[in-house]
Amino acid sequence: MIIPLLILLPFAASLFVPSLYTYVHSKKIGWVVMPIPLILFTVLCLHIPKLAAGGTEAFTIRWLNDAGIHFTTHLDGLSMILGLLITGVGTLVVIYSTYYLSEREALGRFYMYLLLFMGSMLGVVFSDNVLVLYVFWELTSVSSFLLIAFWHQRKRSRDGAKKAMLITVTGGIGMLIGFLMLHAMTGTFSIQAMIGMAGTLPSHELFVPAMLLILLGAFTKSAQFPFHIWLPDAMEAPTPVSAYLHSATMVKAGIYLVARFIPLFGGSELWFYLVTFTGLLTLLWGSFNAVRQNDLKALLAYSTVSQLGLIMSLLGMGSAAMLDIPGLDTAVFTAAAFAGLFHLVNHSTFKGALFMIIGIVDHELGTRDIRRLGGLAVFMPITFSIALAGSFSMAGLPPFNGFLSKEMFLEASVAVRELSLPGIGVWIPAAAWIASVLTFVYCMIIVFQTFFGRQQQTPAWVDRGAHDPQFGMLAAPSILGLFIVGLFFFPNVLGRWVLQPAMAAIYPAYGDASQLVPHIRAWHGFSPALWMTLGIIAVGAVLYIFLRQWRVIYTIPPFSWRIDTLYNLWIVQLEGNSRHLTKRYMTGHLHRYFVYILLFFIAVMTAGVSFIWKRAFNFSGDAPITVNEYVLIAVMMTAAIAVLFAKSRLIAILLNGVLGFTVAFLFVVLRAPDLALTQIVVETVTTVLFLLTFRFLPDWKKERTAKRTKVINASIAAATGMLVIVMALIVQGNQLFDPISSYFTDVMEQSGGNIVNAILGDFRAFDTMLEIVVLLIGGLGVYALIKLKSRKGGGNYED
Amino acid sequence: METIITVLVGVLVMVAVYLLLSRNFLRIILGSAILSHAIHLLLLAMGGLKEGNAPLISEEGSVYSDALPQALILTAIVISFAVTAFLLVLAYRIYRDTGADNLDSMRRDFDD
Repeated sequence: MIIPLLILLPFAASLFVPSLYTYVHSKKIGWVVMPIPLILFTVLCLHIPKLAAGGTEAFTIRWLNDAGIHFTTHLDGLSMILGLLITGVGTLVVIYSTYYLSEREALGRFYMYLLLFMGSMLGVVFSDNVLVLYVFWELTSVSSFLLIAFWHQRKRSRDGAKKAMLITVTGGIGMLIGFLMLHAMTGTFSIQAMIGMAGTLPSHELFVPAMLLILLGAFTKSAQFPFHIWLPDAMEAPTPVSAYLHSATMVKAGIYLVARFIPLFGGSELWFYLVTFTGLLTLLWGSFNAVRQNDLKALLAYSTVSQLGLIMSLLGMGSAAMLDIPGLDTAVFTAAAFAGLFHLVNHSTFKGALFMIIGIVDHELGTRDIRRLGGLAVFMPITFSIALAGSFSMAGLPPFNGFLSKEMFLEASVAVRELSLPGIGVWIPAAAWIASVLTFVYCMIIVFQTFFGRQQQTPAWVDRGAHDPQFGMLAAPSILGLFIVGLFFFPNVLGRWVLQPAMAAIYPAYGDASQLVPHIRAWHGFSPALWMTLGIIAVGAVLYIFLRQWRVIYTIPPFSWRIDTLYNLWIVQLEGNSRHLTKRYMTGHLHRYFVYILLFFIAVMTAGVSFIWKRAFNFSGDAPITVNEYVLIAVMMTAAIAVLFAKSRLIAILLNGVLGFTVAFLFVVLRAPDLALTQIVVETVTTVLFLLTFRFLPDWKKERTAKRTKVINASIAAATGMLVIVMALIVQGNQLFDPISSYFTDVMEQSGGNIVNAILGDFRAFDTMLEIVVLLIGGLGVYALIKLKSRKGGGNYED
Repeated sequence: METIITVLVGVLVMVAVYLLLSRNFLRIILGSAILSHAIHLLLLAMGGLKEGNAPLISEEGSVYSDALPQALILTAIVISFAVTAFLLVLAYRIYRDTGADNLDSMRRDFDD
């Protein structure tokens, strides 16, 4: 019961935050917002014991019974981890933002978006119904878009937001199609119910397409290669947003999705290969590109990409435990998945802290360019300590939590060779090791190039007087710093209470989840992983020292290649071309647009007519015709054609009157007395109106149109008229259904009266009412146009 | 009867479209008025012509012309009247404020 409320609370709060603006001093809005994630976090913490005991909590709000779509929440270990991160890091980020953002910023808007994101993200992790999950998923993309473009006056922010939106939403739509395929296979929208049917699915023909599409959604969201390009550009967002959405939570949504669907797809070799190798490639490419960055935030962005790849590959290796290979020691692989979850938590702590630290450096010194930074350790000792903890944790050094999960990762990469599958023997450990070396290098860049070395005396620096920021700003990264160290010393607390239920969610086939949870030890003998770590430190240190020398390789292909180039070639070119094209044909001349419409009509109709030509015409149902009807029709044709040649507008108006009144006569002949009466009244008023405006408008001059244009117009008109004739004749010759008006006649027989009036007044009364509304609006428009004064200084019209 | 009415509709459409393609406001408005005449007749012809008495129950006989198209046309006549009136006043207002009496001169005014 409480879980739907948890999702709802941030949404509800986000509605009220902007209105707070008038009551609360803008600097304090953060303090009003802060309790919300804190409450959510506390409530979730209270659920931990229940989950650790092996329980889950599901709650359904019935919604669309016929479609099987219900608002179902499912709280289990996996969603709990994400839930704790969302609310916990959320609380810290709100505290941090109160100090980071100046009160001149649009804070109401900022916290509204932030809460919107928080609610959507909680929705993603707690929804059991895939369609509801999809909606929340896209909502996180939307709120991410809004937050990246928070400084919307900057073009780079807008471009970054657009890029992130395009990529993640494309993936999201793919995922939706994947979900629908799953529904087609299982007949349910509930993830848990789908998992229950997991055994029967792999033979289904939609199994592989559904898997690929869902992975597309996960990979785009979690910035996996080659979709990672949106993440570095998303760093245009304010730093608290980068710390929150783009490192700790939203980018983990894809990882969550993969973990969530391991029970369903884990038995497939294709899944194993795709997830593992995409992850490894991302890990390599991300760490390789992080080293070349000069902007600290861009460096962190690429490092996030790389770390996400690491977690993804661990989950891929973990899913191998479900492969159907006889004699497989599954414990090795479940340990990989465990390491993935562990690293997920660790990454959120150290990367969140690092982002906040970079934000502080940027805030205090006005730059995050490492070429202009150096020697800060003396001025900002606390900031430096946290940065050191975060970086060393990321590099995989003790005594920080990253060391533990990194060791487990290396161990898993070696152990995975046990799978007698092609192509993994050397590649996985090699990729893991090289990427770890590069990770080590960029972690050292963060620490040493920012906090050690020569002090750069930039003017801004001297003015501001570099020093540690006030306590409030340091509070959030300090708390994360405590976790970085604390988790190193007490990892098994996390393992037992939080990670074990999550393992149970990933491997529901194992009855007892406790056997899935390895005992985490900092010292585990001279294992291959330890030797790899020592190698990483040695080679990494050498590479860091000679960084200047070997960095040259970033200028030679293929190392200089960037996926961004592809995006630019495609999207930016496309945008330019379409703008160019649109400018060519959107000339602003109504006449041109009307020609387009008619040409399209002619093309479609000609195609249509030629297609049904065989049905041809049938004149046998024609009614007989009398002489005076011939006369009426002849008068109309003559009058119509004469309008074209009218020399003055008076004649044209009168000819139009002739047309209207002749139509009225035709109505009389054709058994439509009501129409005739209405037509006579309307035509009279119309003619009077025409003559009234006649007084105000100038006489029409001879159209100065080129002969060619006239011919084109005439032929378009002729073609349209001919097509109308042909279409109407075909329709009349092929009556497929009995007319429905006999119904009205039958009903009316019993009461007597005017059928047309009854239809208008009774059967289609709403239409008639709306028709009167149109008339009313028209009347108001006429009144306004005549009566309202034009703005002063005639000719000063709107553009 | 239906065939010749249809041909009449076609001629009216031709004239209307040609007028709509011109630039003078009054011609365009005339074009739209004529186009609505054409469509009304087309609707009526679609329902079949002279198939019975006028759809008034009190008259003798039990065969009536199709009443549904007539009801639709009645609505359409009123709406097209509203549109024509609005367009006329719009043209008047544009002329009064900008001195433009056709699409091109109005366009030039806006481009300035």
